[in-house]
Amino acid sequence: MALIRELAFQGAQMLVVLLLAPLLTGFVRKVKARLLRRQGPPLLQPYLDLIRLTRKDVVLANNASWLFRAIPYIVFAGTWVAVSLVPTFRSGLVFSWSADLIAIIALLGSARFFLALAGLDVGTSFGGIGSSREVMIASLAEPAMLMIVFTLALVAGSTQLSTMAAFMVSPEVGLRVSLGLALIALLMVAIAENARIPIDNPATHLELTMVHEAMVLEYSGRHLALIELSAALKLLLYISLVGCLFTPWGIAGPDASVQAIAAGAVLYLAKLAAGGFLLALFETAIAKMRVFRVPAFLGAALMLGLLATLLLFVSRSL
Amino acid sequence: MMVVYALYGVAALLALAPIAIVLGAAPRTQGPVLGVATSVVYGASLIVTLSLCIIALLSLFEYSQSPSLVTLPLGLPWIGAHFRIDALAAFFLVVVNLGGAAASLFALGYGRHEHSPLRVLPFYPAYLAAMNLVVMADDAFSFLVSWEFMSLTSWALVVARHQVRENLRAGYIYLLMASFGTLALLLSFGLLAGPDGHYAFDAMRASHPPAALAALVLLLVLVGAGSKAGVVPLHAWLPLAHPAAPSHVSALMSGVMTKVAVYGFVRIVFDLLGPPDWWWSMVVLGVGGITAVMGVLYALMEHDLKRLLAYHTVENIGIIFIGLGLALAFKAHGMPLAAALALTAGLFHVFNHSVFKSLLFFGAGSVLNATGTRDMEHLGGLIHRMPQTAFVFLVGCVAISALPPLNGFVSEWLTFQAILLSPQLPSWGLKFMVPAVGALLALSAALAAACFVKAFGVSFLGRARTPAAARATETDSNSLAAMYFLAALCLVAGILPGFIIDALAPVTKSLVGFSMPHQAGVEWLSIVPIAESRSSYNGLLVFVFVVLSGSIAAFAIHRLASDKLRRAPAWDCGYPDSSSATQYTASSFAQPIRRVYGTSVFHAREIGEMPPPGATAPARLKVELRDLIWIAAYAPVAAAIDYAAEKLNVLQFLTIRRYLSLVFTALVLLLLVLAIWP
Amino acid sequence: MRGITFDVAHMLAGSLVLVSFMQLYQDRLYALLNIFALHALILAASVAWQAFIQDAPHLYLTAMIALVFKAIVIPVALHRIIVKLGIHREIETAVGVGPAMLLGMGLVALSMVVMLRVTAEADPLAREDLAFALSVVLLGLLMMVTRRNAVSQVIGFMSLENGLVLAATGAKGMPLVVEISVAFSVLIAFIVIGIFLFRIRERFDTVDLQALDRFRGERR
Repeated sequence: MALIRELAFQGAQMLVVLLLAPLLTGFVRKVKARLLRRQGPPLLQPYLDLIRLTRKDVVLANNASWLFRAIPYIVFAGTWVAVSLVPTFRSGLVFSWSADLIAIIALLGSARFFLALAGLDVGTSFGGIGSSREVMIASLAEPAMLMIVFTLALVAGSTQLSTMAAFMVSPEVGLRVSLGLALIALLMVAIAENARIPIDNPATHLELTMVHEAMVLEYSGRHLALIELSAALKLLLYISLVGCLFTPWGIAGPDASVQAIAAGAVLYLAKLAAGGFLLALFETAIAKMRVFRVPAFLGAALMLGLLATLLLFVSRSL
Repeated sequence: MMVVYALYGVAALLALAPIAIVLGAAPRTQGPVLGVATSVVYGASLIVTLSLCIIALLSLFEYSQSPSLVTLPLGLPWIGAHFRIDALAAFFLVVVNLGGAAASLFALGYGRHEHSPLRVLPFYPAYLAAMNLVVMADDAFSFLVSWEFMSLTSWALVVARHQVRENLRAGYIYLLMASFGTLALLLSFGLLAGPDGHYAFDAMRASHPPAALAALVLLLVLVGAGSKAGVVPLHAWLPLAHPAAPSHVSALMSGVMTKVAVYGFVRIVFDLLGPPDWWWSMVVLGVGGITAVMGVLYALMEHDLKRLLAYHTVENIGIIFIGLGLALAFKAHGMPLAAALALTAGLFHVFNHSVFKSLLFFGAGSVLNATGTRDMEHLGGLIHRMPQTAFVFLVGCVAISALPPLNGFVSEWLTFQAILLSPQLPSWGLKFMVPAVGALLALSAALAAACFVKAFGVSFLGRARTPAAARATETDSNSLAAMYFLAALCLVAGILPGFIIDALAPVTKSLVGFSMPHQAGVEWLSIVPIAESRSSYNGLLVFVFVVLSGSIAAFAIHRLASDKLRRAPAWDCGYPDSSSATQYTASSFAQPIRRVYGTSVFHAREIGEMPPPGATAPARLKVELRDLIWIAAYAPVAAAIDYAAEKLNVLQFLTIRRYLSLVFTALVLLLLVLAIWP
Repeated sequence: MRGITFDVAHMLAGSLVLVSFMQLYQDRLYALLNIFALHALILAASVAWQAFIQDAPHLYLTAMIALVFKAIVIPVALHRIIVKLGIHREIETAVGVGPAMLLGMGLVALSMVVMLRVTAEADPLAREDLAFALSVVLLGLLMMVTRRNAVSQVIGFMSLENGLVLAATGAKGMPLVVEISVAFSVLIAFIVIGIFLFRIRERFDTVDLQALDRFRGERR
């Protein structure tokens, strides 16, 4: 019985993230539009887009291989599994121990690996430009992310997200400069990973500076829908991750009451809204970087991560 | 008893060499007979290596408590040749023979395309035998003899295609580096044996040399075994020699022989040398971290498919040495559990790398056979022509890029878990060094993924860049069987890592006195290095989840929405269908990364030549890379030797009287030294 | 010693190191000035916090000096100098941003190892402050070494001095006289350098120090 209950929670989490992700994207777009004094598309527009895309035929390039057709499913599955292992409103989910934070990062890495391959499959130069830039950005973002994981894991004594979240609410954690550094670095990495301004612009097409959109240029119909849904899921994942690691208040424990879980869900929605709002604010306030400024940006994130680990030893050794 | 059976196997392999010569040499020109010789040699090698593999597995699981020993009346007269299979040797025997069996199976098909089989067939089984002997040797003499035998047979295989000038140069450099490495090993064994000359490993194990001497031995082993394994900066020969050999031999050299070198390092440093000093690990860790990052950066700049793979061997050796260095650090500070974790991670990676690197070299060999080129800039679109090879090669790429749910990820995950234990180390230097090495490891993993996107994407995806690539055909069934077998191993080791960790338990127990917690009993078959609240990973579940959610998505969309599909010309932002030369090439793919890392590491420069308006000359973009390690470490040595040879040249033209006087002075000087010696 | 007092002091001192890194990262002069002002602001806050927990009112004065002079007067003055002289607003680096930050990492690690080893017996707060302060000093020096522009060298010098102040307040018991004299010496150094900037500019039309090297017949 307990197992069924746990499985239900796990399933609920998977459905919730899947359903919330387009809403979050729509919310960010809306806020950005309002900040620019535009009306903006309706909040539910991403859902309508997805439905419209799935109903359309797929127009496939003559040269596309079986891999090209399989990749949207692989990318979606990898991202979805990754995001369903991050505690959102309730920690200690039944399968949460099947992958720790390092494995979640690596799962996203798998998704990216295949997406970059998709960019090369049709054999056009736009796909190539996107893939090559994507892997360049990833080659810095992933180590930076791992350094952040190191810092957090050393503080919490675990790489298990539920344990980390539980530790972060406990009074022993205190005010640590390492945690501050890790937060800044995590935000920088999150911006890069989600292809947001100033690294990449999710709203452009046909710009020489674009990365993510160039990679998926040849996709259409249901394939494109899956890729866009994965992108939305990834954004949700990073905001949930920040929420779970740095503002873990309100996440219900494994044996919490119904009220606690409801409160956790409400708080989670609030966190998502806050994260989306801040992201929109940041994106509106800043200009996009040249591509070759990106390494310095992400290099700084890597340095911050490393610095956070080093400074940790100072506070640890006293 | 096991070791005797194993030696029979080795003897069988050695006997195959003359059989190959006889079969191949008798009627010189007849193709069918050569075909028979190929089948006989590779078929017999396959059977023997498989049985050796079973013997090794048996000794690892059943008889690991008591090592099995034998002394043969060979070698030095009053010593004899000692052979022994303990847990460590058994594990490496599994690695060697698994790789050997896969290579033999692959060669059953691949070897038929060999131009001059007689230059390969006799040396191949001898090479396999030599690697087995190194792992089983139990005294310094047989170890070194087998080691040299291994170097020489592999050298013969490297220069098998002697018509190509590059191969000869590769063989020459390989021979030089191999002798240099053996010299270092010889010296280290000399120091270990001490003044009394105890050449048996048992005696060395019992006597611990003083600290300064032990440090010297460590450095010599790092040079000797490291040069064979391909540790930076001693890697220079590896990317030359490994690709020069026929592809199944390349797979053996990269996948297996480097592991034998790692075995040599582990055997001497963990087993024979006694308790480690705290700073040893810093040397090993530093070397490992630099090797990992440099190897992958070199690979990113490379367009030759097989050389790219060879540089990745360098990278993976770095990762293995990071694991070993961590194990040394923990062992030195009396943290056996952590040491067991780190050593397991390193050895797990040994196994993994031997599997996926062999797989990738087989794939590269099939591509080479089908298209006649190793240059990725001339490939492309092979996924349409060689779908099965493309699939297994893709599996290898995902595995080596350390992506879940395949096996490469598991060993790197274990290494990261070991790194996370480092704050408990008391020494300050290590505390700061280990996270930095962790950053290097993460960097190399990310760059490896980038590099394999390039390798797979440019050679297999896109459109064919040359007619040769457009005409490629799928490889034969034996080669495919070998590749599918290895690909399946990648998956199994990735989703059920607990069994391999358990198999490594006796090895770590014998080397650091502890082993990781038993994994087979953990529920749902996940792996838990220390405690479940701390970290756990379940490849099986992740794999099942990914497959399930992918299929559910596919099913739901196809059922509920649309499953229609239309073919059309590529969109490409509306540009009309262009020539396949407009695709991204390997060098253009690597260009952003070259700009980020290459300018400092390789002094990379781009030189654009734009002809004046009206001229018919094409515009050119040249990229200049400088191999700084070669310039700093090898070129001066070569120049010094040239200079010395030039100066000593006069000695060739002396009169007999002068030669005699030289000999006489030397004699007198030696006597003088004897007289003055205390 | 654990608790909020320690945590805040730790946070402030650590932020000072972070801001030093931010200075290394900048490639525009105005941004660098703003960051320097932030550096001084954090220093002032840190000193004030020390004054509060050590119950040493004279440290408030030091904090005031840092706030007024370093966070307001000097940045504003430098800003005006840049405008007046029409200095090129991009910072020319002798060593790229990436390698400089890598070097900085190494320096931080080095200062941690050295300081934590040497001061094993001392009070934890002082130990930590000393370790951070040494990092800030070294990073300031690194900045002076890796930047070609004279203005950024001035800023490097002053952030170095900030590190010294941090060390002094953390160590408990630096007399006020010394502090004031240090502050004034910095001010005087600033004035001298400012005058020099004008002179250099008058003569060479640039504040790029390479021009001076060329003039003296040194390399390049």
